[in-house]
Amino acid sequence: MMLDQLKQGKTAVITKVGGQGALRCRLLDMGIIPKTTVTIRNIAPLGDPLEIRIRDYTLTIRREDAEKIEVEPVEE
Amino acid sequence: MILALVGNQNSGKTTLFNQLTGSNQRVGNFPGVTVDQKFGEIRFAKNCTVVDLPGIYSLRAYSNEEIITRDFILNNKPDGIINIVDATNIERNLYLTLQLIEMQIPIVLALNMMDEVRANGGTINIRVMSRELGISVVPISAAKNEGIEELINKMINDAKNKHYPKRIDFCEPGPVHRCIHAISHIVEDHAEKLGMPPRFAATKIIEGDAHIVSRLKLSQNELDMIEHSIVEMETEHGMDRDAALADMRYSFIEKLCGRTVVRPRENREYLRSVKIDSVLTNKYLAIPLFLGIMLVIFWLTFNLIGAYLSDWLALGITALTNLVDHGLIFLGINPVVKSLVVDGVFAGIGSVLGFLPIIITLFFFLSILEDSGYMARVAFVMDKLMRKIGLSGRSIVPMLIGFGCTVPAVMATRTLSSERDRKMTILLTPFVSCSAKIPIYALFTAAFFTHYKALVMIGLYLSGILTGIVVALISNRTFMRGKPVPFVMELPNYRFPAFKNVMLLMWEKARDFLQRAFTIIFIATIVIWFLQNFNLRLNLVSDSNGSLLAAIGQWIAPIFKPLGFNDWRISTALITGLTAKEAVVSTLGVLTQSTAAELPSVLSSMFTPLTAVSFLVFTLLYTPCVAAVATIRRELGSAPKAAGLVAAQCGIAWIISYVIYNLCRLILY
Repeated sequence: MMLDQLKQGKTAVITKVGGQGALRCRLLDMGIIPKTTVTIRNIAPLGDPLEIRIRDYTLTIRREDAEKIEVEPVEE
Repeated sequence: MILALVGNQNSGKTTLFNQLTGSNQRVGNFPGVTVDQKFGEIRFAKNCTVVDLPGIYSLRAYSNEEIITRDFILNNKPDGIINIVDATNIERNLYLTLQLIEMQIPIVLALNMMDEVRANGGTINIRVMSRELGISVVPISAAKNEGIEELINKMINDAKNKHYPKRIDFCEPGPVHRCIHAISHIVEDHAEKLGMPPRFAATKIIEGDAHIVSRLKLSQNELDMIEHSIVEMETEHGMDRDAALADMRYSFIEKLCGRTVVRPRENREYLRSVKIDSVLTNKYLAIPLFLGIMLVIFWLTFNLIGAYLSDWLALGITALTNLVDHGLIFLGINPVVKSLVVDGVFAGIGSVLGFLPIIITLFFFLSILEDSGYMARVAFVMDKLMRKIGLSGRSIVPMLIGFGCTVPAVMATRTLSSERDRKMTILLTPFVSCSAKIPIYALFTAAFFTHYKALVMIGLYLSGILTGIVVALISNRTFMRGKPVPFVMELPNYRFPAFKNVMLLMWEKARDFLQRAFTIIFIATIVIWFLQNFNLRLNLVSDSNGSLLAAIGQWIAPIFKPLGFNDWRISTALITGLTAKEAVVSTLGVLTQSTAAELPSVLSSMFTPLTAVSFLVFTLLYTPCVAAVATIRRELGSAPKAAGLVAAQCGIAWIISYVIYNLCRLILY
């Protein structure tokens, strides 16, 4: 599934980072790379962007960008 | 000795810079660097200048900030790099470190916020980390001023003895390793001629940094070999070039941290942030709370503190002006010279200084919002709304400040990370009606719309916002198209703002405004004074009706005929509105020879309700005052662009007034 479909509070492991150009490089530079664990922490009041927790820090990401990140949910 | 200070955003870079330099900071241009940099002498080290480079996450040449940092290090070759990293968020911070190490300049790693790591029960093995990275590592706390002298001593020592990073290879044996080495080998001669480390050149080529590629002047044959090598790596490794490099660096970092970092079980600052966020970014509370906070700041700035300071300042200036006035009369100075000094020079100084209290108070609050981490939340909460007009959440704050005063609003755009967003925000801010226009609205609503005062006021504000939105939508599709900037932003933990940072920012903004705006505002006031007091034959006028200004007013009055007000007194008032919007009201008073109480009834003989609406819409939208224009010029870094903006605004104001006036006429008659 894609990161934007992950429910609030759920954790997943990144399997593929799509997108292109500046966006993709930014995602990779921020540590959003395959095999990394990511949690959806919060959703902005207007439904977008998302607040995610990765590598011990918090990041905001728009839904349209999260759509390009493929993840595998972690069973709890 | 020149040291570069480099680090991620939110790593405490500004705090460290302030600790190092105190108030010895200057802003200026380094040779070969187009953007102004902040720099200063280190207080406790001799002949040691530190340059504060923009906060960045990587050295890819995608954002302006990254390019500035890369070019500064490549072209100016600092003697050393202080790389500050947030130890509580070490993995992502070290990503930049690995890229900096490739540049082969003595570098010291400043592990900031080590006090927080320790307080949470975590540890970092400094010795092993230093050995593995091949550079000096010093734990510090910038906020508590701990470890900073040791950091500088190590840095100076490493720079003097030319201790270059001992390790540049962070890749495991494999396709990526082979590819980097093959390319390093190909470009070696070219890179060394430029004084560029071959390994750095190689990774930049793999990342597709066009600037580096063109500087290396590679032959077509070499370029083909390089491309071949990269494609081979991509097939073998099963990852494209960008992902392969990021993966290589993060794999090294994960291994390094596995060996050197003992993570605390829970991070208190993070848990506290989660609690605060459950209120401040709450689904229902977030937006009302944000608007509430902005309202309180406005009230404090424009009504309470700022107004109080302004009153004191005005009192002081009036007293001084009176003193000089009496002194000049006593000395029997020529009345023209006296008028120049009192009505020109002192009025000019007064109008410049009048902005200071507002700027200082506003930036006091803004720096608290920024330093505490709340501003990032505002961007998060408001992003969806602002994106509709092609901006990101960060732009909301400067725009709201525009309701108070355009000058600090434009200055506040400095914290926007994208150049395009910054320009767009500066372009749109003047459409937000500033508080200096309120006296004009108040006068006209009192004269024409006694029963609908509030309605007309709200209507005006909304028209301003609406015009701004339309302008935004049009410019998005035309000259502001550009690349959209990814909104992948860090939400730092909430922290208590450092008092020193707040004070220094206030001082910096005040100084910046005085330095840049003083001359322009000053000259403008004196020019207006001259035009008001002299006639075409350069004789002094007794009655402002015969002045040069009135002549200009008469000359341009026909321009406003299609808008319904073809009266030279009105066009003259609009010209004086350039110095400050409040002047529109006072000029109308002077030119109609009426007191404030008489003015509404005098106006009703000059305007109909319809032409009054047309006039109000025009004042709402036409050029901002000189102080705002001077600030816009400074922030856009270009006089022609600022002039273009002024012209565009006057044009838009005319067109919209024309449309509204004629539409209303059609409907009513």
